[in-house]
Amino acid sequence: MSGPSDFQPTNPALKWIERRLPIMGLVHSSFVAYPTPRNLNYWWTFGAILSMMLALQILTGVILAMHYTPHADMAFKSIELIVRDVNYGWLLRNMHACGASMFFFAVYIHMFRGLYYGSYKEPREILWILGVIIYLLMMATGFMGYVLPWGQMSFWGATVITNLFSAVPYFGESIVTLLWGGYAVGNPTLNRFFSLHYLLPFVIAGVVVLHIWALHVAGQNNPAGVEAKTEKDTVPFTPYATIKDAFGVSCFLLFFAWFIFYMPNYLGDADNYIPANPGVTPAHIVPEWYYLPFYAILRSIPNKLAGVVAMFGAIIILAFLPWLDNARTRSSKYRPLAKQFFWIFVVVCLGLGYLGSQPPEGIYVIAGRILTFLYFAYFLILLPLLSRIETPRPVPNSIADDVLAKHGGKVASVVVALVVAGGLLVGGTQNARAEDHGVAPPGNKWSFSGPMGKFDRGALQRGLKVYKEVCASCHGLSYVAFRNLAEAGGPGYSVAQAAAFASDYKVKDGPDDKGEMFERAGRPADYFPSPFPNENAARAANGGAFPPDLSLITKARSYKRGFPMFLVDFFTQYQEQGPDYVSAVLQGYEDKAPAGFALPEGSYYNKYFPGHAIKMPKPLSDGQVTYDDGAPATVAQYAKDVTTFLMWTAEPHMEARKRLGLQVFVFLILLTGLLYFTKKKVWANAH
Amino acid sequence: MTTASSADHPTRRDFLFVATGAVAAVGAAAAVWPLVAQMNPDAATIAAGAPIEVDLTPIAEGQDIKVFWRGKPIYISHRTKKQIEEAQKVSLSSLPDPQPDSARVKAGHDQWLVVIGICTHLGCIPIAHEGSYDGFFCPCHGSVYDTSGRIRSGPAPSNLPVPPYTFVSDTKIQIG
Repeated sequence: MSGPSDFQPTNPALKWIERRLPIMGLVHSSFVAYPTPRNLNYWWTFGAILSMMLALQILTGVILAMHYTPHADMAFKSIELIVRDVNYGWLLRNMHACGASMFFFAVYIHMFRGLYYGSYKEPREILWILGVIIYLLMMATGFMGYVLPWGQMSFWGATVITNLFSAVPYFGESIVTLLWGGYAVGNPTLNRFFSLHYLLPFVIAGVVVLHIWALHVAGQNNPAGVEAKTEKDTVPFTPYATIKDAFGVSCFLLFFAWFIFYMPNYLGDADNYIPANPGVTPAHIVPEWYYLPFYAILRSIPNKLAGVVAMFGAIIILAFLPWLDNARTRSSKYRPLAKQFFWIFVVVCLGLGYLGSQPPEGIYVIAGRILTFLYFAYFLILLPLLSRIETPRPVPNSIADDVLAKHGGKVASVVVALVVAGGLLVGGTQNARAEDHGVAPPGNKWSFSGPMGKFDRGALQRGLKVYKEVCASCHGLSYVAFRNLAEAGGPGYSVAQAAAFASDYKVKDGPDDKGEMFERAGRPADYFPSPFPNENAARAANGGAFPPDLSLITKARSYKRGFPMFLVDFFTQYQEQGPDYVSAVLQGYEDKAPAGFALPEGSYYNKYFPGHAIKMPKPLSDGQVTYDDGAPATVAQYAKDVTTFLMWTAEPHMEARKRLGLQVFVFLILLTGLLYFTKKKVWANAH
Repeated sequence: MTTASSADHPTRRDFLFVATGAVAAVGAAAAVWPLVAQMNPDAATIAAGAPIEVDLTPIAEGQDIKVFWRGKPIYISHRTKKQIEEAQKVSLSSLPDPQPDSARVKAGHDQWLVVIGICTHLGCIPIAHEGSYDGFFCPCHGSVYDTSGRIRSGPAPSNLPVPPYTFVSDTKIQIG
């Protein structure tokens, strides 16, 4: 069944090639005839899922790089251009951004599986270490990728993470300067991160080849943890493992598509929709969810150098696992104590992840220290100890015996476990927005919420009117072009109407033949002109406050949902924190600040604004804007309409996203069902 | 769970395999679409390619200007009487790409030649007022165009294309 090159093509042309380059024999022996233990469960499909994710990330990444501009002044805008103007750009960007999370989600399951079933033990030590190297490379790649959109979290994440290296004695500062290529994080940093972010995935791919090579030398581990001895213990990779992996991949794609099409920003941070500002740090710097446990370890240690060492140590320690755990029984299935401690360890990791998302104060710090101790204790104390004191249960004689002792019905439980684990793990990130928003904004019924949500055309048109007559005097809308008003899924204007709307505006153009700038009537291709020429002018005219650009405001604002609402949100697809907040702020003005609240000069009291003192005067009052369609001229209606409009400006292709999402789901459910039955058929005679 | 071997239901089994394979293939093909479609010009680029207006008043007789439309150089030549005559009196049979001058200018605006200044050979930009026909000469591979922008000698296969344009007034054209 095995053996390197018993494969002989019959076609003479293929024969000719095979004699000179035995590539078909290599593929055949690695992915067709390769013997795979017949008792593998679905946790083993994550190898295939990870291969798919790596390929998908490289593919979408290469495509995004065709449209992305790695320059500090243009990076943020170029991403908005991808999402708004490039054909299917929103899809590719969502795939890549959510794909990073999915990649880590899958790799964590893959790692925990290896941990549980002892896949790192002799003779698979190198295989395991290669995996740790891949994980480290993934972390570096993911971090640098998160910097590229050049939003607030990108910038400050880059600042914090590069500053970790300043903890190195003597050389720290020099190393950090070397990483930055300047006196601070700036354009050179962005450029090199882009270069490395493009390079590292191919390095990962190279190490993955070694990883698979090492796997095929040692052979796959399996749930029983006994090596395959006879042909009865194994089945050929194709069709058995292939079809099982395909089914696993298809299930995973369903989970993945849920994010891509229905909650693309669930795993992200609202602050990253604010362009990088080197002068203002966001209230709470939080890394992406997949780094949170290590972030918690970093913050638990009150010494800078020790914290950094502990954080990196928490990852490096994995490489020593084969020698820390000396137990001769591989699989935790037959290790009653190790099994329980494994699950405790999983909880410790999830707990660290949760703590990493919380502000570093009070009980969270103490809990963080306890969990950090438990994390290291698991590797340094518990595993070495267990291998001495634990009495394992007898392992089966062979894989075939293990299969005979087993019964089916695991698929459902695995799928449920996957979904729940997914919700739990990724949901942790929601807590990251621990910000003092005071009162939580009241929920609204939005026409655009939910999987079938669409924009209310009337509300969009009225909202545009409110923006034009009220907001536009201080707030720009610089990512929206007049032509967008005539695009599908928008306010529903005709091309001629959009052109007429544009011609009402004066746009600066030039230089002309004499080298002078001039004003002309707006064209559909022009963008909404900003009310102020630059930030300084805006601040000077607004008592020191900078009225933010409103293009992305509904995505750039959020509020804390807290536990357990963020878990519920995953299933209900609630993602309207931004609109709810914007609408609440517009209506949250109170004439008098509550007694005891010291309202600063030139500020106004707003119930929902963080800190309550807002520089913007109450913008809306009843009857201020005249509606032609009979909608009530009230503040509540204005707020609702303009928020709907601003949700559209933040994501003009939302309707296309949800529509394609439905089609993809119908397709994937069909494919997954077919793969399930095909898999059952293929495996019918193997069980 | 059935343990019957596949041989008992060959057709049903085959149908399932073919159906699964077909659905997967359809999905793969559909997934390729956005991956390729993204390479087409994006909406901002298309919008920027809207028609432009050019004022002809500053262009004196015998002069020409170069404007850009959709990233392409457009030559606008104010032809002299001599140039117009040369363009009109050539016998069509002697041209590699026969086209009368009248088909290359707008009726009543004989003095204005508007052509896309991209050599039809391999895309270089020909130089105006050069070459043996008083028209355009491409320095890359030596194609020579006449005062109507028609190819006269050299490797280029066809005349310089005329972009879509109209006279908004006697002194203003709209290209596109």
